[in-house]
Amino acid sequence: MTSTTYAYLSNNLIYSAMAVYTIAFFAHAIEVSFSVHNVEVAAGADTDNSATKFDFSRTQRSGRIGTAMMTLGFLLLFAGVIARGLSAHRVPWGNMYEFSITGALAFSGAYLYALAKYKLRWLGLPVAIAVLLTLGTAITVLYRPSAPLVPALKSTWLAIHVSAAIASGGVFLLANCVAATYLILDRMESKGARKVWAQRLPSLETLDQLAYRLVAFVFPLWTFAVIAGAIWAESAWGRYWSWDPKETWAFITWVAYAAYLHARVTIGWRGRRAAWLCLFAGSTFLFNYVWVNIWGSGLHTYSGL
Amino acid sequence: MSEIRELEAAGLLRWMWRQLTSMRTALLLLLLLGLASIPGSIFPQRSQNPMKVQQYFSANPTLAHWMDKFQLFSVYGSPWFAAIYILLFISLIGCVLPRTFDHLKKIGAKPPLTPKFLEKMEAFTVVEGVGSLDTAEKWLKRHRFRVRRESTSISAEKGYSRETGNLLFHLSLILILLAVAVGGLLGSRGEAIVNVGERFVNTPTSYDNLSFGKFQKEGSLVPFALTIKNFKATYNITTNAPSDYVLTVAAENPAGSTANTQVIRVNKPLTYGSTKIYLQANGYSPVVTVKDKTGKITFQGPVVFLPQDANLTSTGAIKLPDMNPQIGFVGSFVPTYDRSATRGAFSVFPEALDPRLLLSAWQGNLGLDSGNPQSVYRLDTSKMTKLGLKQLAVGQSYDFGEGSITFDGWKSWVNLQIVDDPGKMYALLGAILAVLGLMVSLFTRQRRIWVKIDPTGKALQVAGLAKNGTPGLDEEVAQLVAALLNTGSEG
Ligand code: HEM
Repeated sequence: MTSTTYAYLSNNLIYSAMAVYTIAFFAHAIEVSFSVHNVEVAAGADTDNSATKFDFSRTQRSGRIGTAMMTLGFLLLFAGVIARGLSAHRVPWGNMYEFSITGALAFSGAYLYALAKYKLRWLGLPVAIAVLLTLGTAITVLYRPSAPLVPALKSTWLAIHVSAAIASGGVFLLANCVAATYLILDRMESKGARKVWAQRLPSLETLDQLAYRLVAFVFPLWTFAVIAGAIWAESAWGRYWSWDPKETWAFITWVAYAAYLHARVTIGWRGRRAAWLCLFAGSTFLFNYVWVNIWGSGLHTYSGL
Repeated sequence: MSEIRELEAAGLLRWMWRQLTSMRTALLLLLLLGLASIPGSIFPQRSQNPMKVQQYFSANPTLAHWMDKFQLFSVYGSPWFAAIYILLFISLIGCVLPRTFDHLKKIGAKPPLTPKFLEKMEAFTVVEGVGSLDTAEKWLKRHRFRVRRESTSISAEKGYSRETGNLLFHLSLILILLAVAVGGLLGSRGEAIVNVGERFVNTPTSYDNLSFGKFQKEGSLVPFALTIKNFKATYNITTNAPSDYVLTVAAENPAGSTANTQVIRVNKPLTYGSTKIYLQANGYSPVVTVKDKTGKITFQGPVVFLPQDANLTSTGAIKLPDMNPQIGFVGSFVPTYDRSATRGAFSVFPEALDPRLLLSAWQGNLGLDSGNPQSVYRLDTSKMTKLGLKQLAVGQSYDFGEGSITFDGWKSWVNLQIVDDPGKMYALLGAILAVLGLMVSLFTRQRRIWVKIDPTGKALQVAGLAKNGTPGLDEEVAQLVAALLNTGSEG
């Protein structure tokens, strides 16, 4: 096949993945909304939460369809990313469109991985929304035709650095989803009992632990990504660290997560404060991706915009 | 009286030291370092983009003046930024060194004594009247626990490497910081623009700009020389983006020895010890011949022009201070010529396929003797009068009245960046050790397990403790209990 055929194939695969993620989104939405049902209440009885019940046996199937679609979407997206790489004869992360589709891949991969280990199906809804938003923006706003790389990007370290960074990003964002869920539920519980739809979600303690574990799991990978970036910078620009905005924010993210780990492990922060710190650290990563890529100036201007 | 004051001073110092090396302070400093590096990513920095800093100054003089007072245009070299990381550095040392000694002392040490009451511990289980402490000890040793056997109990611990990894990580951070300091103080970094065909000898005067570390001697540059043989840039025909740059040089080290051919590419520098030579940028130098009215050649050769856009439309100046009156040209080199009504002449492709040289000729005072340093790429026309304007194809000449200029052709130039960073290898070593240490530290599960004969003498109590809430303790205790029950049923 020629480059152009691969490029078309890649685009079609990405569109198909989006369609499948949309189905996944609806399946998860149905799972959540239709499992709530009102028990017939005798007139005059309290209409508090106990009157509404969650019955997941009714939406089991919908939830399973959701997971199946998330898996299928992941596979399609994976194929789309590979085809994009084949069309350009290089690793598929040379501009912001490609970072985005690969990032969405990493994010949904992280979700599926975590799903296999923990009871996380409840995260399917926000994950599907996030993936759809990322792919949608990518294909409408950030799309660039497939093209070879400029000389500075031709390096094995680029492949290593960017894949490590994207994978870490996927897990950081997942940890952010968990921390955000923690904060929402915490707020709800402090005002009284959980709302019906939230009753099935894990306990606050589980969420707190999960966020920590995700971060502890990828922090070494992120450290490695930053170092691989430094090695690449050394061979391309003659300086392994030049405080370029992109580097600076990668450093800030690193420091923020190190602070999070210290706060938890050595000072013993738990719960609300830890979740806020986790959210803060994750947002420095997002900020780096969105703001610095598009509006920042510096040596890292490869977004292709 | 003075003794008391001394005591007070010592106490104060000790108090300050304890504060500085406390975990809370370290956390605060860590967050502060992150915050402090933000302004440098928002405001232009002198070290990266001096032009933008200039623009900032001309747009907002008073604001820029105040910002400059706080070193906001050179954040990463500023005293307040240094203050934060030096404090962090000290905090790190003060925190990690004592722990390292502690940890070294613990090599081969026995786990602490079994606590009096196990009931309060995690995963507390009572195994009725069966297995013996021997079985427990065997099982624990097989699972690589360090075991302390007492008459009625066993205390076992596993996962000391967590602390080893943790210390290795933090010590490696210290190594990286030291390596950065070494590179800054003992290294050098400079740039030079060299035309194809020219020779570059590595001495300070050959550089366009060169900065030395505080403790590096000027004579310490590697005495190599490079002759630029060829430079080939390849561009993508549809996107105009560069796809490859190849620079071929004849390298002598030391200068004067037999030359050997070397190829330098982006991402593939030429290396001499800790010195590396990078291909950093490239552009065009139009070659011109200037004659005076009598026909005598007053200048001949390539003039470096600076690229202005992705298609390498380049601008520069040709200055002829020796002609009388002084003559200067403002020039624009267009590698692949096209023309439109709105933009005038412009380049449609970065390769020199159909080049043109656009010149405006000026007569008067070049201002070279004014004492102010002048850019060689710009002509100060404030004290000059314009003679005319002309567009030349290769081989054509322009007679500007006081003489003539001929566009003979063009050469490529390359910008070599020459960097000596003796600390680099240590930084890399530190980085590798840091990742290793981190992985060991974060993926090692540290826990204790105790087995104790019940006060009744008829049962064994089993309990454990998972440090940092690492998971898996319950399963491990369950396995031990199963092993105990197993032998119980056998015997
Ligand atoms: C650039 C600065 C630093 C970074 C990136 C960093 C990072 C880390 C990381 C990732 C951990 C592992 C957390 C875990 O075990 O889950 C850790 C643990 C630790 N750090 Fe740091 N650290 C830094 C500075 C410091 C400083 C200045 C101190 C001392 C004042 C310090 C003391 C400790 C201690 C005592 C632990 C062990 C926690 C435990 O296992 O109980 N660190 N650090």
